[in-house]
Amino acid sequence: MKALTWQGKNDVRVETVPDPQIINQRDAIIKITSTAICGSDLHLYDGYIPSMEAGDILGHEFMGEVVEVGKEVTNLKRGDRVVVPFPIACGNCFFCKSDLWSCCDNSNPNAWMAEKLWGYSPAGIYGYSHLVGGYAGGQAEYARVPFADVGPITIPDGLDDEQVLFLTDIFPTGYMAAENCNIQRGDTIAVWGAGPVGQFAIVSAFLLGAERVIAIDRVPERLQMAQQQAGAEIINFDQQPVLDTLKEMTGGRGPDAVIDAVGLESHGASPDALYDRAKVATLQATDRGHVLRDAILACRKGGTVSVPGVYGGFVDKIPMGAVVNKGLTIKAGQTHVHRYLRPLLERIQRDEVNPAFVITHRMKLDDAPFGYEIFKKKQEECIKVVLKP
Amino acid sequence: MAATERDVISTAKQNRVPGRQLVAQQRNVGTVDRLISAVAGGALTTFGAMQRSAPGVALAVAGTYLIYRGVVGNCLGYKALGISTAQPSQGIAVNKAVTINKTPAELYEFWHNFENLPRFMDHLQSVTVQDNNRSHWVAKAPAGTTVEWDAMITDEQPNSSISWHSTPEASIANWGTVRFEEATGGRGTVVHVELEYQPPASKLGAIVAKLFGEEPNQQISEDLRRFKRLMEAGEIPTTAGQPRGSRSMLGKLLSPSS
Repeated sequence: MKALTWQGKNDVRVETVPDPQIINQRDAIIKITSTAICGSDLHLYDGYIPSMEAGDILGHEFMGEVVEVGKEVTNLKRGDRVVVPFPIACGNCFFCKSDLWSCCDNSNPNAWMAEKLWGYSPAGIYGYSHLVGGYAGGQAEYARVPFADVGPITIPDGLDDEQVLFLTDIFPTGYMAAENCNIQRGDTIAVWGAGPVGQFAIVSAFLLGAERVIAIDRVPERLQMAQQQAGAEIINFDQQPVLDTLKEMTGGRGPDAVIDAVGLESHGASPDALYDRAKVATLQATDRGHVLRDAILACRKGGTVSVPGVYGGFVDKIPMGAVVNKGLTIKAGQTHVHRYLRPLLERIQRDEVNPAFVITHRMKLDDAPFGYEIFKKKQEECIKVVLKP
Repeated sequence: MAATERDVISTAKQNRVPGRQLVAQQRNVGTVDRLISAVAGGALTTFGAMQRSAPGVALAVAGTYLIYRGVVGNCLGYKALGISTAQPSQGIAVNKAVTINKTPAELYEFWHNFENLPRFMDHLQSVTVQDNNRSHWVAKAPAGTTVEWDAMITDEQPNSSISWHSTPEASIANWGTVRFEEATGGRGTVVHVELEYQPPASKLGAIVAKLFGEEPNQQISEDLRRFKRLMEAGEIPTTAGQPRGSRSMLGKLLSPSS
């Protein structure tokens, strides 16, 4: 089959590789009909995530048709159309039973590696480095799906791929980010990063009852999408001082909750952002924390800082004084996608939201390297790329 | 390991002779490594001294450090990085715990059939139960050989604990105890495992060390993790046999999974 493989920093290639096989009896093999490039794939492309190996197949947002199932998979059959959640979860451990699917104890074969970095290991993730399992991803013609009896959700007829594909990751990720804000009537939410996850965080904050949402970015087409499609007010951080503008827009109180939908590669021209660049360049830190710092400082007293953005290692100069003295709550996590599949599918069926609004580019799997390039460089007004194998 | 884990590992002999512990802790450079270090250090010192210049002095100083590292077997760099290329040379005693989302009865039943142990204990090739109390164990030794012994169950408390001990004629004396305790709040079972392998002679000591590789602590952690996964998920997750793209020669050399 054809698959997109990681070969090094800024180097991904479509190669011909062997087809995946059933290895364990709870596996299924999916013939992929649609797959997407995620903003977090760019962290791999940019070489920010350790433990990648040349030849790794990328992609954790994919859906398709079941072509084969292991003996223990009784809920799926050949021909079923399914969306696959990006975390791999066993369904039986304490964490899965507690609805914390991305914390599954049993799905990361390289748990020892993650334990060295994070203390305990989260779930395995498709195509996202050997720290989280080294599983072959779904930017390919076929993928092996472990624990297929608990992960994939069957999609009813009448919904096309583009409406449901983002149930794999970015819609639930934006939704969980908003849910973590504990939104009350009248709340104002500020969202850093108007990429796809930011867009879904905005949409979800409104679905959960926020009165106002303010999006912060500097890419014109992303701000425009946030304003026109998702209904947010906007701040361009290249033109306006973010903290002062937010304070003014919220009548001097600050947003009730803030969402960092940017993660470890944040941009900025402030002294702390330049400091981050220097620290990362000299290997004294792994992640850049400018957005997280701003979000903490902007948040109103007693508010919530919600972090769906990906961080991998260490961030320097976190204003812990602001967290403590303003009495903030910080909530984060890889998304417990399994928890949101059914309720969000129902919202799509009820036409409350059509996730396809974020798609700007559709291309063949063969063109995926070009997709990565324009997505990274934000060329051609690229916001979201969907690939068709 | 996720959930709860407590572990203590030490060489059995070290526990009893405090003086040896100090030496063993300082020694973190393996034999071959030490030899190379000493020879290279000697060459570097000689070459440096012959230069009669400032860089030459620096080389000689570096060479002297390599000689020290070779002779004493202690590397400050390895220490800072937490690396050791020295082999443990005596027995192994391990005490670990893992929490598993099953009842004590389910776990007891699986463990009590010792023939199941090689399914998650990597150093074992097979265990054959001979009668109610006696079993024959085959462990993997270096270079495709095996070490075998018989063991007897010395104590069993249904759904609670099992203890076993090798028979007196075994070449490697070893014993173990596993206890199953209900976790708080109905959150599964805490499994406590104690294992000790105690060889009488120095040659066999080296074999015991190799049974568990260079990091016996981690290997036994992984054994218990496999036990947990087998019990909770019904299978052990793996990526062995999945497709992958091409790798450069350098990538193959550096890859941990090659």
